[in-house]
Amino acid sequence: MADGAVPRFWREIPQRYNLIGNQCGACDRIYFPPRESCPYCRRKSMGNMKEIKLGSKGKVVTYTIIYVAPEPFEGQAPYPIAIIELDEGPRVTAQIVDCELEDVKIGMRVQSTFRKIQEDGYIGAIHYGYKFKPLEVKG
Amino acid sequence: MRDVAIIGVGVTKFGELWDKSFRNLISEAGAKAIIDSGISGKEIDALYVGSMSAGRFVGQEHVGALVADCSGFSHMHIPSIRVESACASGGLAVRQGYFSVASGMNDVVVVGGVEKMTDVIGSEATDTLATGLDQEWEAFFGATLPGIYAMIATKHMHDYGTTREQLAQVAVKNHANGALNPYAQFKRPISIESVLNAPFAAYPLGMLDCSPVSDGAATVILCAAEKAKDYTSKPVKIIGSGQASDTLALHGRKDICTFESTVHAANMAYKHAKIEPKNIDVAEVHDCFTIAEILAIEDLGFVKKGDGGKAIESKITTLDGEKPVNTSGGLKAKGHPVGATGVAQIAEIVMQLRGDADQRQVKDANIGLAHNVGASGASSVVHILEAI
Ligand SMILES: [Zn+2]
Repeated sequence: MADGAVPRFWREIPQRYNLIGNQCGACDRIYFPPRESCPYCRRKSMGNMKEIKLGSKGKVVTYTIIYVAPEPFEGQAPYPIAIIELDEGPRVTAQIVDCELEDVKIGMRVQSTFRKIQEDGYIGAIHYGYKFKPLEVKG
Repeated sequence: MRDVAIIGVGVTKFGELWDKSFRNLISEAGAKAIIDSGISGKEIDALYVGSMSAGRFVGQEHVGALVADCSGFSHMHIPSIRVESACASGGLAVRQGYFSVASGMNDVVVVGGVEKMTDVIGSEATDTLATGLDQEWEAFFGATLPGIYAMIATKHMHDYGTTREQLAQVAVKNHANGALNPYAQFKRPISIESVLNAPFAAYPLGMLDCSPVSDGAATVILCAAEKAKDYTSKPVKIIGSGQASDTLALHGRKDICTFESTVHAANMAYKHAKIEPKNIDVAEVHDCFTIAEILAIEDLGFVKKGDGGKAIESKITTLDGEKPVNTSGGLKAKGHPVGATGVAQIAEIVMQLRGDADQRQVKDANIGLAHNVGASGASSVVHILEAI
């Protein structure tokens, strides 16, 4: 990801900043990232996909801790990466932050938070998006 | 569709081969296969070559024509086709070559696979391998190829009680086999302790749970089965071929611990060959990481889902076990020049079925299977071969 084609990063900003997916009007399945059409309903879903803002909460399906990191992430290593299942159903891959490495567990509840994702040393661009942190239990 | 046989194989040594170029490697493997096959060269109807990313590894695209040129076939103007499916490029090239002969369009085709990975620095090689992942929705967020397989391992350990020791035993077994293979990158046995004590690449996978960055090439010659005996006394028939796809991103799949692409490709190949997993005498499976071999033996139907770790521990898959897996040393010890891997797996199975595998020969091997995976399982290719 080190080379500098910037529009490629702008294009996905609404989804990466706000977890915006879409929902098939025919079968109600929810997709993130949004799909042009529903793979199950195909032509019935054409023009019938509704944008939907996903909630911020979910749980860890599985995780790893990255020790050997790609260059734009070197300053962050070691860092946990997880597959998170959002409460609405879609799954995403994202970093877990604000948590000790040994406290990351399968099944833990998490919530999304807007953070810096990577720094591109070559063109000096900083890319933002979602990471997840342990869910704060109120009260 | 008519029957297709493999009439010759050739492999280069795998490893960090600083004195060998991309062109040297593929022409060496090609020349060895042609000599092994008994063809003169004039019979060749087409070339197929698997290469994942020559553009990024050696700055060269237009690989089909290049391979025809550097192998000495440009003056014959033989059609040449490059095939790409990440780390399954080689296996898929074999499948395309198989189709072209089975269809009757071609009688003799040469299928090569090649990758020259050590002309770039290690981090660049790792970044290039990660292009087989979903760049926008996995790699953008800091996931690496070892990281994706590590997430599978975490889940497998959680759901099925698989242990890091069982993962390590995959590496130990494959290094023991690699020690018997003159073409292998690593020809030394390793201990469970050294695997467990290696620094982490991505928890729970250590550096010795990962296959290496390698240079190498492999070639096989395919021929219409009815003509195979004109060239060789020991043809090996392709009795099954399967391929399947899945989501690029691991998170898009229902079950983190199953490669549906492997399950579907394998079922396609078993059905084609009219056999069952229990009929396989020897297999080369895609062990890019130790967890990948555990997944593979489950998804290919050798053991039940979840039993892979225990199967490794009970030594079912060792050279003298009931189901020998990765007799060549696998990707782990033989090396993993990505585009070459799928073709080299077929070459190993052919050597086993011909009885040419020397010290690593499996006794009475009649039917063998080769299983090649693209990146983290978005594509898989399975072939089943039988000695004629
Ligand atoms: Zn639908």
